[in-house]
Order: sequence, then C-alpha cells, then structure tokens
Amino acid sequence: MRYAYYPGCSLHSTARDYDLSARAVCRALGIELEEIPGWVCCGASSAHMTSELLSIALPVHNLSIAKEMGLDTVACCAECYSRLKIANHEMRARKNGRAGEVDEVVGSTYRGESRVKHLLEVVAGDYGLDALRERVVDDLSDLSVAAYYGCLLVRPPEVTGFDDPDQPMIMDHIVTALGAKAVEWPYKTECCGSSLSLTRTDIVLKLCHDIYQKAADHGADCLLVACPLCQANLDMRQLQVNRQYGTTFELPVLYFTQLIGLALGISSADLGLSKLMVSPQKLLARVGLRQPA
Amino acid sequence: MSQELPSKESRLAFIRQVREKGAEDPALCYQCGKCTAGCPVAYAMDYPPHQIMRGVQLGMRDVVLSSRTIWLCAACETCSTRCPQGVEPAGVMDALRRIAYAEGIRSPEREVPLFHSIFLGSVRLFGRIFEAAMIGSYNVLSGHLTKDVPMAPKMLLKGKLSLLPPRAEDGKALRRIFAKAAELEGRQG
Repeated sequence: MRYAYYPGCSLHSTARDYDLSARAVCRALGIELEEIPGWVCCGASSAHMTSELLSIALPVHNLSIAKEMGLDTVACCAECYSRLKIANHEMRARKNGRAGEVDEVVGSTYRGESRVKHLLEVVAGDYGLDALRERVVDDLSDLSVAAYYGCLLVRPPEVTGFDDPDQPMIMDHIVTALGAKAVEWPYKTECCGSSLSLTRTDIVLKLCHDIYQKAADHGADCLLVACPLCQANLDMRQLQVNRQYGTTFELPVLYFTQLIGLALGISSADLGLSKLMVSPQKLLARVGLRQPA
Repeated sequence: MSQELPSKESRLAFIRQVREKGAEDPALCYQCGKCTAGCPVAYAMDYPPHQIMRGVQLGMRDVVLSSRTIWLCAACETCSTRCPQGVEPAGVMDALRRIAYAEGIRSPEREVPLFHSIFLGSVRLFGRIFEAAMIGSYNVLSGHLTKDVPMAPKMLLKGKLSLLPPRAEDGKALRRIFAKAAELEGRQG
C-alpha cells in the first residue's frame, strides 16, 4: 500500500501531532506515505468562498504531481480532503465543467487520475478492520470515545461518497476494532464553526460548547477527530468555552491516529500526545494506559 | 426585507450571474425553510438562509450581497445535503460571496472577507499558510490587536506555531495560478 501523501498546511504547523501520529501509525501498519514534493495549500474555505477557479486550480496543481508519481492521494485533513475530492469531481465532469479554464490556470491536463482518500478510508478500508484488530496490544476497554466527523468528510455526499452523511460509522468501527467503546451520540456531523475561528470566535465557542455538552451527556471520556481544524477549535478553545459558559469540560480531543497508536503500543512521543492543549494524561492514567511523555 | 422590487431584467441578470459563479438554479427553491432549520449559524445571521434564497429569486442584489449572512455561513453543507429541490444553498452562498468579494461590496461582517484575503495572501507568497504572520496581520488589520495572543506562548512551546515562514517550493507556478485565475474571472489579481 503506497500513497502520495498530501499533509496540508495544518499538519506542518498547528497539527504536527496529527502528522507525527499518522506517519507513526502508517509505518507500523506498513502503509507507505510519499509526501507530494512541492505541494501547495489547497486554498481551503478562503479560496472556494472567493474564487471558484482558484479553489479547483490549487488542488489540481497538487494532484497533477500525484498523478506524475503514479499514485492515489491520501489526505488527513477533512478540509483538504474535501477540496481535493471536489477538484477531482469537477475535472471529471463531462458537462458545464470548468476543466478547460483550470487547464489554462494550472498549465496541466489533469482529469482526476489520482483518486483521493482520507486516511480513515485507507486504514478502515484498504488496510482493513480485521487486520487492525490483530495488531492491538494495549487494552482500551475502559475508554469511551465520541467519534466526531464534522462536516466535510461526509458532505456533500455525492462528492465525498464517504459514508452515511447523517450517521457515519467508519471512525466508530475503528474505535471498536481497537477495543474501546464508541458512544452513540447525536452530534457526530454538527459543525464546529471551522474557519470562523479567528473572525467570529463567539460562534465557534457556542458550537464547540454544544458538541462538548452532547458528548459528555452521552458518557464520552474524550472526542476523536479526523480533521486538524475541528481539532484546533475543540482542543484550543475548550478553556475559553469553560470560562464563557461556566462549564468544567475536560474532554481531550485526540486524533484517530493517536488512538490507533496508543492501542498499537506506539510511544507517546511518537504520537505527539504532549502537544494536545487539553492534556489526556489523567484520562489515560485512569483507564490504565501509560502516561504521555 | 421590505423595499421596492427590482425590474424583471435586473432580476434575471442577477440570477444569471449567481449561476455563472457556480450555483444551481435558485428559482427551484420553494421556500420550505429546511436550510434554515438545520443551519448551525442561522441564529447569528441577519437573514436566515431561506430568506437569502428568496432575495436572490427576487433579484434583491444589494440586500443579499451586503448581508452578514453570506460571510457567516460556515460552508458546512448541511443545507445542500438536505435541500429537497437540490438547489444547494451553500453553493448559492459561495456564488454570492464570490460576487461580493470581486466587487468589493461591504458587509458589516468585514472581518471575514478580510481574513480570506490575508489567508490567500499567505498562500500566494509562501505557497502555504504562515500561521503566525497570518494571525498577526489579521489582528493588526481588523483592529483586534490582542486577540488570541494569550494562546501564543503555549502554542509556540508545543511547536504548533512557527515564527519562520514555510518554504515556497514553486513560487513561479503559484504566481501564475493566482494571476491567471484572476484574469479569467475578471478580478484584480
């Protein structure tokens, strides 16, 4: 299993722990990640909200390199994943497509040759849940996890084709395969406010508050995410939410790769656990897992 | 939204422009309100999503393009997924933002388009997001000088924020992409 790896901006900055743990887990599972040389930002919300052409051209620039590498592309960030998937969708469209203009902007003739997957799909699908189950060495049975998918993995469903858009289960299945408990809860695909984080922090605090509340009400010890933007909002702003709403939430927000790593016995340092703002130390000690470095 | 309605001609011209900017046909909307019911940000908007849809149908260009709503929409796509008519309100929001951004139409939510222009400026310069500079520029230009500053030391300590810019790998290709896209869309690069 070999893929062109598109880390995206966050995994090189605010989400280094996601990059570290994704690489560590893939190394352990024998999934080869080859970083796309010279990759550029996918444009994220800022591109699609202001320029349709730019929002397709930036992903296509990256995907054309992946095509030259002869590999399918894997992304860890839900926003990058969505932008890359939408670009493939547009470039493959037969009618009303903007492919000709994008060719002119990027200087390539890319037509969606490099298929795009999220690392969740690679681990649960290509590697397989049964194979993953066999690799578990640490006992996670006392851990209750709320798998949070957010928006862009599942929507728009006709583009991502990811999972059930209302009741996705792929991350829950990973949690169960690792031996932990996946809690049933209703806010799996609610929005965290994403790119409003800097501009309308008040909205992000409200949305995050509601997500913590629902996770806590349903007995979760922690949140599990597959997107660095969801993680940044839910992890970095938890203290502010508690101040603003007079709450006492202490829900670590782990990347799914960090949880896999814990079950596989990968060292805390290799999973970047100490980089989390809401420390998972107390929780991991309580469920009998080793202390993060 | 009480005001005199625009002429049929200007109404059709506006709908055409919205469709050219990537939206499905807004005329299909029958005002069921499902978009508003599921919108996580509707509570903060000046016009809820279904009213924006109606505004577009009626050609109320100035009202919708200067609304807070188009910049508060988080593009979560919940409305588009649930729309029984396949109108994709989130796509209409994108189209409206693109028009407002290109024409420099002001909204009371001026921080959001400001953020987008700083974000894209970072991509154009470095190929990737240079978070520290992006947050710094945003704070200076928005006038919220000390916003989120208390978080910075911890982020630096945890290696989540770098004071050095990312490496621009292929600056020439990037400049070309930005310039060409702006040229084809008739915007200022």
